Formats: sequence, structure tokens, C-alpha cells
Amino acid sequence: MSAALWPALLNGLTMGAIYALIALGLTLIYGVLHIINFAHGSLLMLAMYGVLLLFERTGTDPYLALIVMVPAMFVLGYGLQRFIIGPARHGRDENTILATLGISIVIENLAAWYFKSDTHQIATAYGDTMVDLAGALIALPRLLALAGAMVSCALLALFIRHSDTGRAIRAVAREPEGARAVGIDVAHVFAVSFGIGLACLGAAACFLLPAFYVSPMVGHSFVLLAFTVVVLGGMGSFTGSLVGGLLIGIVESLGGLLLGESLGQIGVFIVFVGVLLFRPTGLFGHHA
Amino acid sequence: MNRAEPLLEINGLASGYGPIGILRAITLSVRAGEIVALLGSNGAGKSTLIRTLCGLLTPSAGSICWLGRDIAGASSQSIVAAGLVQVPEGRRIFPNLSVQDNLLLGSYRRGRAARQANLAAVIERFPRLGERARQAAGTLSGGEQQMLAIARALMAEPRLLILDEPSLGLSPKMVDTLFELISQLHRQGLAILLVEQHVAQSLALASRAYVLENGAMAFSGTPAQLLASDQLRRAYLGV
Ligand SMILES: Nc1ncnc2c1ncn2[C@@H]1O[C@H](COP(=O)(O)OP(=O)(O)O)[C@@H](O)[C@H]1O
Ligand SMILES: [Mg+2]
Repeated sequence: MSAALWPALLNGLTMGAIYALIALGLTLIYGVLHIINFAHGSLLMLAMYGVLLLFERTGTDPYLALIVMVPAMFVLGYGLQRFIIGPARHGRDENTILATLGISIVIENLAAWYFKSDTHQIATAYGDTMVDLAGALIALPRLLALAGAMVSCALLALFIRHSDTGRAIRAVAREPEGARAVGIDVAHVFAVSFGIGLACLGAAACFLLPAFYVSPMVGHSFVLLAFTVVVLGGMGSFTGSLVGGLLIGIVESLGGLLLGESLGQIGVFIVFVGVLLFRPTGLFGHHA
Repeated sequence: MNRAEPLLEINGLASGYGPIGILRAITLSVRAGEIVALLGSNGAGKSTLIRTLCGLLTPSAGSICWLGRDIAGASSQSIVAAGLVQVPEGRRIFPNLSVQDNLLLGSYRRGRAARQANLAAVIERFPRLGERARQAAGTLSGGEQQMLAIARALMAEPRLLILDEPSLGLSPKMVDTLFELISQLHRQGLAILLVEQHVAQSLALASRAYVLENGAMAFSGTPAQLLASDQLRRAYLGV
């Protein structure tokens, strides 16, 4: 059992880092725009197909695809918020829910129609390479996913904390009226935040593809856990998403080890419910 | 009379919130370097007028001329960039950001060099904010937060500073400090549109005053004329 512990932990960390990256996008969008992006899962799926198509049509390596997918998803997010979700709001939160749900339905149906419900996987030269990490064998793409997701999270945190744009994002998140008073274009900052949220998905897709299957339904499993991470960590909290993501990944993996693969997620929801019972605002959430 | 050319000239302005009309036929002007008091009871529409001037609300009629250019319907960011800057009611500082970050965001539209120069100038004027530069703005006292709100607006290099009830919630001593600051800014040549409940102190500084009532201008003239009218004094000023 204990021999299996370290590999399971490593595996959990890998998944957790990906969950954290996806959750970071969700929590940024929530923290700034105060909306829940119900299209997050379908947009992750869309990004994964983007990486797949780049690989199949042009032979672009998934990691090289980062330089295309991250900006492309940013632009898509910027446009969606600026021209569809923002204008559809008309001052009512229900409208945003409907807009993001509508976007997700459109994307999923288009994907189901174009890609059928087949699952795809890409074959890279390094896909089956195993790395020995202190006694645990881990597939190279998974190790790269762990490293890549952690680096992405760190870069995003640095950007939000230290750049002019990051400062404006934090200001708009807390006090949009004050931001307008000093001449910040709030609609632009909203769209930039949404774009960054989707750029996280673009990065996650590139890290996921060498190791995971793609299907039109692939977004759901990841995003369900990412939602859990966001609530667990505290809505809108960056640290919460990071810690929550890693925690959920480890609990899921250890749960699978102890209870069997199919029951692994039960552990996740036990932890989830437990935290919410004793800390309703999540691990790092502020009181409303 | 000061015959300086007008910075701001509003004519026949109507505005409100979506379908709800609040302001009707508003006429108001501010000339370079003068303090103009905008008075009126709670709910008269003073903040609505300021929001409209600053591009946060779109007027349904009338014109807003700023330095000879009609800015009615322009975006709030272009209006701030043109030098028309408000300190909003309730301060609206960014409590989660440091004092320094709050100030830097005031110069968001300016280049890096201008920003650093503005920061140095503002900290020289408000040494207290310099001492607390790294502290979260939300931890400041009420008076310090108001100073921060004004300092943040100064970072935007205003030609006209609009103050919406800056003394709200301040101790009497802080109110005196605030009026001292307003008079100092005026002496240095800044034009100020002042909305205040401290009517006597505001009229003592202002060269002209307007009284807004139920969304329409009920009076415009000099402080002396306003104080001479018993009816106005009793109805709108309570002095
Ligand atoms: N966001 C809003 N939506 C609708 N009506 C508003 C809004 N804000 C203020 N009002 C109304 O506009 C009128 C003028 O308010 P305001 O401009 O804040 O007055 P003042 O600043 O003079 O106290 C009031 O009747 C108020 O109820
Ligand atoms: Mg008001």
C-alpha cells in the first residue's frame, strides 16, 4: 500500500494542478464580473479540439501550440464578453447565466456535429515515455502537465499582483464605480478578465492533450471538479483555487487508491461538504 | 467679475437612469480657477448631475461643453483623460489595494514618467499617505480615506475637480482640514465644483453657487445673492 502512495500522490498533484489552472480561470471571472461562467467546460473542450486540430492538420506539437492557443482563447474570451455576454446582461444576472449556458449549448452541439461523439487522442514521440521520480514511474506528459500548470498559475498570480492591468483588474473587481471615476474602462477590464479566464483553458488544453482523450463531453468532468475547487477554495480567491485544486487532486487520487477507481470522487465530495459545513465561505473566502 | 473663459458649460441638460428622468433643463458653468458650489437637499439630483458630467450616465438632451468641445455621451475614460475628474460620493477607494496602488491607478491613463512625477507631488502634499503607502487602503481612517480619494483624483491631472460630499462622515476637525485643502487647491489655480452639506463653509469659498431642487435649477448666482434671499435660505439651505 505505502509503495503505491507516492505514485498516487504524484498523480493527484498532476490532476490537481490542472484543476487549479481551470479553476483559476473560473474564479478570476467570478471575482471580477461576479458571474459564473457556465460555458467554462465547453470552452475547455473547444480548446482541446483546437490543440487536436493543430496537431492533426499542421503537425504542431501540443506544447508549441501554447503560443497559438493561449492568445486565441484570450481573444475569444475578450470578444464573447465584450460583444455577447456583457451586452446581454441588461443589468440582470439571470441574463448572464442564460448567455453563458447558451454559448455552451452552441459549442457542444457544434462539436458533436463536427467531431461526432468519437474520442480522439494524439500520438506524440514522447507520449509513452516514463520518468522515474524518486521511485514512482510517471508518464512524461503528466509530469509536464504538473510543471506547466504550476508555472501558469504562478505567472498569472504575478501578473495580477504586479502589472498595471492586474492592478486595474483588482480595482474593478472590488470597486467598479471608483474605477470608472479614475478613468478605467471597466467594460474593457471585464473583457480582459474573461479573456484571461479562457486563456487559462487554452493553456490547460495544451498540457492535457498529450495525456488525455478528447471527446465532446470531456469538459464536464474537469469543470465539475473545477467548480468544486472554486467553492472549496472560496469564490474569487486565487490562493483558494491553487490550494483547493491540489487538495482535490490528491484526495481524488488517494480516494481511488483506497476505495477503488470508481469511488475516488466520493472522497472529494466528503471533503467538499465537510469544509462547507465548517467554513461556508470556503478555505480562503471572505465573508460576504 | 472674473471674466476667464468657461471650462465647463452645460446647457438644457436632461438626464436620468434609463427610462427614469431625474434632471431637467440644467444650465451651469464653471470658469477656470473658480470654486462653484452646487447645493440642494438630499435626492435633489446633485450626484446624478455629476455622474452625467463624468460620462457615467448618458444625457437624454442638452449639451456639455468642456473646453469648447461637446462631451455629452463621451466615455468616462476619455472625459477623465481630458481633465474633468470627480471624487465620487462615498469615496470609492480600492480597499483591497495598497495606498500606493490606489494612487497609481489615478494616473492610469498617463505614461510611466508622468505617473511617478504625479505620485511624488501628491505624496509631498499628503505626507500621511506616503507613510502609509504600502498599507491596504481599507485600513485607513475615514479622514485618511477621503484624503486618498482626493489624492487619487489629483493623480489624474484634473483641470476641474468635482467633489461630491467630501465631508460626509468626517469629524469636525477633519472637515476643517478638508476645507483648508480645498482652499489651498483653489489658490494654486485648480477649478472646483463643490457639492457639500456644510453650506456656510462652502459659500465662504465659492465665487458662485447653484441650488438644485427636484432635478431642476432653483437658483444660480453669487453666495451673497443666495444668502440675501430668505426664501431660498430657509427652503434649501437650512441656515
Ligand atoms: N441608480 C439609480 N437608479 C434610479 N434612480 C436613482 C439612482 N440613483 C439615484 N436615483 C434617484 O435620483 C434622484 C437624485 O438622486 P441623487 O442624484 O443621488 O441626489 P443627491 O446627490 O442630490 O442627493 C433621487 O430621487 C434618487 O432616488
Ligand atoms: Mg449625492
